Amino acid sequence: MRAILRELGRFTRRNTLSAIGGMVGLLIIVVALAAPVLAPRDPLKADFRRMNKPPDAQSLLGTDQVGRDTLSRVIYGARTSLFVAFSAVLLGTTVGSLWGVACGYLRGRFDLVSQRIMEVLQSFPDLILAMAISMAIGTGLQAVIVAIAITRIPFGGRVIRSVALSVREMPFVEAGRANGGSALRVMAIHVLPQCVAPYLVLATTHLGVAIVIEAALGFLGVGVPPPTPTWGNMLADSITALVPPWWLAFFPGLAITVTVLAFNLLGDGIRDTLDPRLSPGFLRLVTGAGRSAPGAAPTPLTSPAAKS
Amino acid sequence: MQKYLARRALFALGTFIGVSVIIFVVLRVIPGDPLVAILGVEGHAQMKPEDRVRIMADLGLSAPLPVQYGRWLVDIGAGRLGKSFFRGDTVADLILHRGPLSAEIALLSFIISWLVGLPVGILSAFKPNSLPDSLARALSVLFIAIPGFWLGMLVVLALLFWFGYKAPILVVHFWQDPWQNLQIVIGPAMVLGLAQGAYIARMSRSCLLEVIGEDFVRTARAKGLRERLVVLRHALPNALLPVVTISGVLLGFVLGGSVAVEQAFGVPGLGRALVVAVIERDIIVVQNLVLLYAVIFVAVNVLVDLSYAWLDPRIRYG
Repeated sequence: MRAILRELGRFTRRNTLSAIGGMVGLLIIVVALAAPVLAPRDPLKADFRRMNKPPDAQSLLGTDQVGRDTLSRVIYGARTSLFVAFSAVLLGTTVGSLWGVACGYLRGRFDLVSQRIMEVLQSFPDLILAMAISMAIGTGLQAVIVAIAITRIPFGGRVIRSVALSVREMPFVEAGRANGGSALRVMAIHVLPQCVAPYLVLATTHLGVAIVIEAALGFLGVGVPPPTPTWGNMLADSITALVPPWWLAFFPGLAITVTVLAFNLLGDGIRDTLDPRLSPGFLRLVTGAGRSAPGAAPTPLTSPAAKS
Repeated sequence: MQKYLARRALFALGTFIGVSVIIFVVLRVIPGDPLVAILGVEGHAQMKPEDRVRIMADLGLSAPLPVQYGRWLVDIGAGRLGKSFFRGDTVADLILHRGPLSAEIALLSFIISWLVGLPVGILSAFKPNSLPDSLARALSVLFIAIPGFWLGMLVVLALLFWFGYKAPILVVHFWQDPWQNLQIVIGPAMVLGLAQGAYIARMSRSCLLEVIGEDFVRTARAKGLRERLVVLRHALPNALLPVVTISGVLLGFVLGGSVAVEQAFGVPGLGRALVVAVIERDIIVVQNLVLLYAVIFVAVNVLVDLSYAWLDPRIRYG
């Protein structure tokens, strides 16, 4: 326990900003979990006596067109938005990473075909792929999670594959093979644990992206269906008015921005600490030295392709 | 160089086939019955069976899937992109009418991103950890985190409040009325451009700082060159390659992001058309527009690769 605290202390000293990001992120998660306790009102309850009220003492962030309390909706929105983002990143990165381990370890034709599939998946702008998938499998909470998860798969696959490629040449992996372990066993016992650090980096850096995609889907009206409050849905609701009240447009977006900022900062810090190879310097090294075919330019971990 | 070009072209063709297969699988195979995709589960259940059969045949959806896929590819080759299920417009008309606006936005935002991002990155790298550098880095972190569509909403709100801004209803092309056209596209282009510029600033700063530590930069300094020349003439060209990479990746972000940003500004571009089609479950339109977006993205990445070869002779002759 003390060792963990000391590690955390060192991380905080070296990456003060990302420690702050982590703390804010944690706070937002706590708020999401404690939503029923914290929210002053029922987020779904309309109150026609108090429609379109600007922020005042009764409702701190104002009310929307049907008199629902904006603060309560933002707090409950954190629940949906974070739940979708976390599940999607967990699902997508895990599937991608396992796939990547298999590619890197087995190599050969399986790897070749898998790489092409991932390249093709990456040829779609993230938001557009997510829209098409969620349209195909129906717009609901699960559909949105699966849709976002699928857009995350190739990132996990390609990064973890490169890790597995180098790990498989290590002596202890060879020893595992020499002991007669099956490919599955060697991958699970010897290769997989080496991929945990990059996996964590990937997962944190993609959280922010997933939150933005979820919000954008909600904003476009193809995400988690209303009346469930999500930040994206709230923004979509706000622009149905001819002159949108500023508090309806401002606060949900602020929530998105603060959350994304917090997770991005945390992700940057974790990346710098755990995996120096994935820094921009690494990217430059690989592209600049012309060692790899340009078509195989490494994929940056943070996917700007999804920001909307 | 020619061999390189040929290889790249072949590669892109393979990606195109893959992309079209994925779209076809996602939109036609996964929902099972394409009419379910169009009408939703309830709507489909309410229909009479003979209506279903007739509409399926009408849309060419009753043929076996491989045949449908083959027909689709042939149609694309012939430039027939099908038409909307709910309106009379053909997809080709839609693209010709709405596409230019979106293309303008993408291009303009690309220009803005380099105009803003590169100088900021260079200034940052000149004096790392100085006040301007810290400010630039804070701003770029912020602009990376702000969702473009929200920034767009705020801009629209502000314009509405102070200048009585009205969302454009009609498409105005550049060749019809340049001034009015620019008014439509400048907002979305700025919002998207600033976010991309933030990435470019960050990338160019870190790459420049890395190159500045290298031997040839020290040599340039040692022979007495002015610092400005050292950075601009010697360090910058060697730091540019990863920035070009990121700029190519960013275009994917612009393509996806523009869909939401167009919605925020109420610009009647291609992104809006795609959103409407997705909401109406107009699969023929969705299928072809998604393909178009993917093809543009692939084409941009080919261009990025070619620009590598142009920027770095080692790749050209390697």
